[in-house]
Amino acid sequence: MSNILAITQKELKGYFASPIAYVVIGFYALIFGFFFYSLVLYFDRQSMQMMGLGGQAPAVNVNEQLIRPAFLNAMVVFLFVLPMITMRTYSEEKRSGTIELLLTSPLTDFQIITGKFLGAMALYAAMLAVTLIHIALLFWAGRPEWIPILTTYLGLLLMGGCFISVGLLISSLTKNQIVAVMVTFSVFLMLWVINWIASFVGPTAQQVLNYLSITDHLDDFTRGIIDTKHLVYYLSFIAFGLFLTARAVDTERWKG
Amino acid sequence: MIEVQHLTKQYGPVTAVSDVSFKVEKGEILGFLGPNGAGKTTTMRILTGYMPATEGKAFVAGYDVTEHPLEAKRRTGYLPETPPLYPDMTVRDYLAFCAKIKGVPKSEQKTRIAATMERTHILDVANRHCAKLSKGYRQRVGLAQALLHNPDVLILDEPTAGLDPKQINETRHLIKALAGDHTVVLSTHILPEVSQTCNRVVIINRGRVVAVDTPENLTNRLGGSGAMYLEVDSGGGDAGPVLSGVPGVTDVSVSATRGAIIGYEVASTGDVRRELASAVVGRGWGLLELRPMRMSLEEIFLQVTTEEAAPEAAAETAHE
Repeated sequence: MSNILAITQKELKGYFASPIAYVVIGFYALIFGFFFYSLVLYFDRQSMQMMGLGGQAPAVNVNEQLIRPAFLNAMVVFLFVLPMITMRTYSEEKRSGTIELLLTSPLTDFQIITGKFLGAMALYAAMLAVTLIHIALLFWAGRPEWIPILTTYLGLLLMGGCFISVGLLISSLTKNQIVAVMVTFSVFLMLWVINWIASFVGPTAQQVLNYLSITDHLDDFTRGIIDTKHLVYYLSFIAFGLFLTARAVDTERWKG
Repeated sequence: MIEVQHLTKQYGPVTAVSDVSFKVEKGEILGFLGPNGAGKTTTMRILTGYMPATEGKAFVAGYDVTEHPLEAKRRTGYLPETPPLYPDMTVRDYLAFCAKIKGVPKSEQKTRIAATMERTHILDVANRHCAKLSKGYRQRVGLAQALLHNPDVLILDEPTAGLDPKQINETRHLIKALAGDHTVVLSTHILPEVSQTCNRVVIINRGRVVAVDTPENLTNRLGGSGAMYLEVDSGGGDAGPVLSGVPGVTDVSVSATRGAIIGYEVASTGDVRRELASAVVGRGWGLLELRPMRMSLEEIFLQVTTEEAAPEAAAETAHE
């Protein structure tokens, strides 16, 4: 365990020693802030209109009409940002030769991979933590429900975990960071939109495609529901990604 | 301490190392000598558990490196060809990280890091970023990393590459001081390094071991022809007949002439240095040089590696 933490710490320090962490967190804060602000304006106008309608108007819900869309819209940022976080995890170590230090130290592959995964997760969590400011503002101004907010964070963490495990795998396959970032981005995008064609294919394929779509599983989380189906999907996705990474690292070792 | 048995490594169709076997006793310094691309780094990478061998076994401190990698790695310090430094870390942070992953007990980490930095003379750069270090310092930080957990076995891939002469000297002294407590395997293609630091030499060429011996034995065995080189100022005359007349001398030939100064190669049975000297001086000639014509390690190396290559090259053409 201490070995895993040593790697995690090193990874995290690496992100913060380079501009990566600041750029990633800063721009996410900027974009999320803009989305949030525009949604607040929209929400504000809507509630004014509803008030104008008097008693028959449906109640406005800050969770459903402000928080949820803000997170879902800002998710697109992760599509661009997570590949940048994961691109260097293995590629950089291979390029600079430090992989020799890791692989000749008394560490198991599992410890190295888990350490790197947790390091990237920690940075991702730091990005998400920025949004706590906006949520805190809402609690100051109104009375949103806190359970859907918690489950949204949980869902986002799990979804990010899937992206990061895929990113790790791709990074472990190449020395070239540009290649890593491009391939990771494409895979993410495919996982994102794979259910777009769902309505044009047969019923079985439709189910499969819908199930594969990484973002589809987030929906219930944003509504405050923790469904084991989605939990299983995310956790097994992450485990499988890390397992494949371990295989890739081992194969690389044989090839030399 | 280290035992390598019939090690073979293939990268696809290319055989990098083929049937290499050798042993290193505790406290020894073994020099791994060979031209670039001979398979030195590959053998070292297998020993350190960085990559598995295609065939054969390697033991470090009694542990099979493929079956008990963690035990073997715990007892091995490795300096790769390019020191594995993280450019963003300061030297102190880097060594702290290395201490953690190499399993140095928490209570000892601070003292071990300080002691290792002192030993490798890097205290003055402790707070500098690895990216800003000169080649010499990078090499030494790499060495510090290998020494940090006080391993039984040290594997150093070209430890003096890129250092200036003073640093090379320091590093050699350090390595010599390490032997005894540690068993050292170092690779190099600088020959004087081997004769100065190593107890034993393994010469490797095209993935095969071509010679294993002490540097002295190798020099004697392959170069011990007993020939002498003499430079004589005989005032214009030929000293040849005089030299031939010395008892024990079997052959004299002129190898160089510079005006009145003539260089002779003298073959003999037994040590005839005194007789040769007195014969020359007795004639009133100037004896400018008298030395045994032992082959340097360099010549032996060339001889061994080219000899081995010749029949193989012939075999290759025969195949075509």
